[in-house]
Amino acid sequence: MTTPLLDGISSALQRGDRDAVVALTREAIDAATPASSLLNQGLLAGMRVVGAKFRDYEMFLPDVLLAARAMTAAMELLRPLLVADGVPLAGRVVLGTVKGDLHDIGKNLVGIMLQGAGFDTVDLGVDVDPDAFAEAAVTHGATVIGMSALLTTTMIGMKDVIRALEHRGLRDRIRTVVGGAPVSQAFAVEIGADGYAADAPGAVALVRALARVSS
Amino acid sequence: MKPLAGRLRRRERLLADGAIGTMLIARGLPPGEPPERWTIERPHAVEAVARAYADAGADLLTTNTFGASPLRLRAHGLEDRLDEINNRGVQLARDASDGRAYVLASIGPTGHLLKPLGDVDAQTVLDGFRRQAAALAAAGADAICIETMTDAVEAVLAIEAVKAEAPGLPVFATMTFDLTPRGPFTVMGVDVPRACSRLQEAGADLVGANCGAGAEAMLAVAREFSRATTLPLIFQPNAGLPEHQEGRLVYPQPPAAFASQVAPLLEIATVIGGCCGTTPAHIAALRAML
Repeated sequence: MTTPLLDGISSALQRGDRDAVVALTREAIDAATPASSLLNQGLLAGMRVVGAKFRDYEMFLPDVLLAARAMTAAMELLRPLLVADGVPLAGRVVLGTVKGDLHDIGKNLVGIMLQGAGFDTVDLGVDVDPDAFAEAAVTHGATVIGMSALLTTTMIGMKDVIRALEHRGLRDRIRTVVGGAPVSQAFAVEIGADGYAADAPGAVALVRALARVSS
Repeated sequence: MKPLAGRLRRRERLLADGAIGTMLIARGLPPGEPPERWTIERPHAVEAVARAYADAGADLLTTNTFGASPLRLRAHGLEDRLDEINNRGVQLARDASDGRAYVLASIGPTGHLLKPLGDVDAQTVLDGFRRQAAALAAAGADAICIETMTDAVEAVLAIEAVKAEAPGLPVFATMTFDLTPRGPFTVMGVDVPRACSRLQEAGADLVGANCGAGAEAMLAVAREFSRATTLPLIFQPNAGLPEHQEGRLVYPQPPAAFASQVAPLLEIATVIGGCCGTTPAHIAALRAML
């Protein structure tokens, strides 16, 4: 059920107004709004609109980044309450830009949107070694690895990550998703990745579907 | 050669060159390596690419300095060699030209988002572009090409830097657009009319677009430019979108197909050239058409 306050959080989030999102979130918490409603009908409702408008070219990268920043700030207030209420996390995802590639805007965007969708993310940063992806997935108990590459020359390294999982006998337990400007569905199939998404909202939907399968 | 500024003012058609990055990759530049490293470590390879473009008939040779701004060089541990890389980059293009072509010094984006979206402030970006522009001007570039921008604010900072450090040089400014169902937009949400007004106000002498999905998509972008500004225009499309074939990336358009798709752009453009995936053969095909 939505309320004027939750709608207010959603629209402040869509405007990327971090201060308003944080203030309204605090207000909702003080009013004893259930954490799960605050997340679903407030923050995630706003993020869904942002995601859809981004997909339809009505919003662009700056709008999404501002909304995501507001979301992240609100989640800091909300996370302890979600944990206390026993609201389950959607899953844990290891993210990184592959070896040799220093581009992280797209990867960061996916990370923030995954957090917005209730996932726990472990961001390994840029120029990540194939083995580091595999090890982090084990260490953190992640079920999905998300890899990003902007360069046509570095995307080939995604295959090495999948190979590193195979060597460890983890290929069936840990799903791999790939993205980035030069990456395509055909490329994902060719290297044996479990999925490809063309944009950040697509990546969230994909990870959600894969996390469901593996849990 | 006649001064470049006058030829641009008279809107004489000029042929720019094609890709440098994908050419160096084809010659063995390893994945993730910045092309600028080869300016100091394998200068002959860099000069050979420029020479091939001059041989193909390019009037403008782009320097291998796209990523030679401080923030980008820092990411590869090369910041302390900024002057050398920019200086040498201009020299190599000059040597390759043999008096046949102008040297168009490239300045690409920093790769960082400006605050509040990203981690760098405008002053840092401006100072960085000023260092690069000063080095390029001191080395004797004929013009500066600010290219592949997606953020109008960053593009304007780069133009301001060039105006401050190299006030006499013509400034080209191009942005990279995606052709969306709602028309061309950069990733940062800049449309063509907005790009034109910001770049023009900042003092660009030529504006236009580079990179992107190929010459066909570029035509839609170019038509918007011709409606939005009276400045002379530059377009440098890719040889199509890269396709993945047997472990490597291939740009699908061979020279003849590229040239025939570029043909309608000639009605609109003063300067025409190529971006990713184009080769000296593509530029020669354009030369044959001019």
